[in-house]
Amino acid sequence: MKKIYFPLKDEKELMQIKVGDEVFISGEIFTARDAAHKKLIEMINKKEKLPIDFKNSLIYYTGPSPTPPGKIVGSIGPTTSKRMDKITIPLLKFGLKATMGKGERSKEIVQAFKKFKVVYFITFGGCGAYLNQFVKSIELVCFEKFGPEAIYKLKIEDFPAIVGIDIFGNYFFNRKKYNFKKRP
Amino acid sequence: MKKIFSNDIVDKISKTLVKINFSLPREVKHSIENAYKKEREKYSQKYLGIILENIKIAEKNKVPICQDTGIIVVFVEIGLDVKIITGKYRNLDEIINAGVEKGSKEGYLRNSVVFPLNRNNTNKNSPAVIHYISKEKDKFKITLLSKGFGSENTSKIKMLNPSEGEKGIENFIIETVKEAGSLPCPPIFVGVGIGGTFEKSAILSKYALTKIGNETSKYRKWEKEIINKINKLKIGPGGFGGNITCLDLKIETYPTHIAGLPVAVNICCWAHRIGSFEL
Repeated sequence: MKKIYFPLKDEKELMQIKVGDEVFISGEIFTARDAAHKKLIEMINKKEKLPIDFKNSLIYYTGPSPTPPGKIVGSIGPTTSKRMDKITIPLLKFGLKATMGKGERSKEIVQAFKKFKVVYFITFGGCGAYLNQFVKSIELVCFEKFGPEAIYKLKIEDFPAIVGIDIFGNYFFNRKKYNFKKRP
Repeated sequence: MKKIFSNDIVDKISKTLVKINFSLPREVKHSIENAYKKEREKYSQKYLGIILENIKIAEKNKVPICQDTGIIVVFVEIGLDVKIITGKYRNLDEIINAGVEKGSKEGYLRNSVVFPLNRNNTNKNSPAVIHYISKEKDKFKITLLSKGFGSENTSKIKMLNPSEGEKGIENFIIETVKEAGSLPCPPIFVGVGIGGTFEKSAILSKYALTKIGNETSKYRKWEKEIINKINKLKIGPGGFGGNITCLDLKIETYPTHIAGLPVAVNICCWAHRIGSFEL
């Protein structure tokens, strides 16, 4: 088990992790999913200043359920990453260094992540009650009107994940034949 | 004539909706436990272990199993001898939606329902998608599904040529599951609707998902053969590889036109949240 902290102090830290590694993630990360990505891309296209500094940061694809009284956060598992494929690449120029979600990604994403030295973490789909335990605080950052799709800042501690794409362009899922023997 | 008060329907829907989001049906849990015992692939076994822990934590801490508490799909089975005392509501749709809204609020479920074009949230997790089934006498049964969209997005419908027959149907099911891959949160449940018209097959495929765990159906042998073929795809839990991709598959059929063979494949994640009640 490897431990990693976000935002990264030095992007070289990502050289230590490779596909298939089981990792524990701590620190501060952002949530964003379909609506927030769409809005960010519109802002980039209009050359507006982004509301967040993405340098060395991690985006977690999730839309948490509401926080019940007396709890820190509701259910907070990953959503399908693939929907974010096309709208992720423009963010890489702003220093985004990691994304986290569930499931496969496109070939273009694997190539772009290799080029920009970005990693993809897979976490456990449908396990929002389990993953709730590793979230220590949640704070609204922007796009409040999107409700569960707003951007939140999370403080997390030892959040479990598997490395799905590493900075060397290795990919966890072999979509061609589901031949998992070839996995590094 | 049986009289049913609208408030009783609202309360019962609300309670059932909360319950199904905190606790999975016995058959669903049981099939995941079996998968955990059988699966050998390292990452997949680990994932199944986490799923089982997740189920326990959700029940104990009253946190939804998954943050995608879904769009609510409702099957209403209603006999002609039922009289609903409407109260302040104008129709049964309104009564059902009131129950869905109450349950979503009380269970702290996510408001996942938006208008399709401007994407504005309805902010009450309604309207539900409601299907009515006409029944005998004074039967009144409501079945609720909290249907997540990771899996719904991978579902498909195809108008087959009648000559393609059972082989063609099987191929379409396998193709659909293969293309879905890791996206619907496998291990999955599959509902298959065959026949009727374009829309009828789709509704049948959703209805088939309400029959998960039923071992005595007409097509049980064929269903098991298709499950085996799906598992040979080696997608595995989470798409991490392994022998268990499909936990169960159910088929529902309806007569169709001489020129057609509609087939719908509705995929559901392992977190098959479903519950029903009768009044």
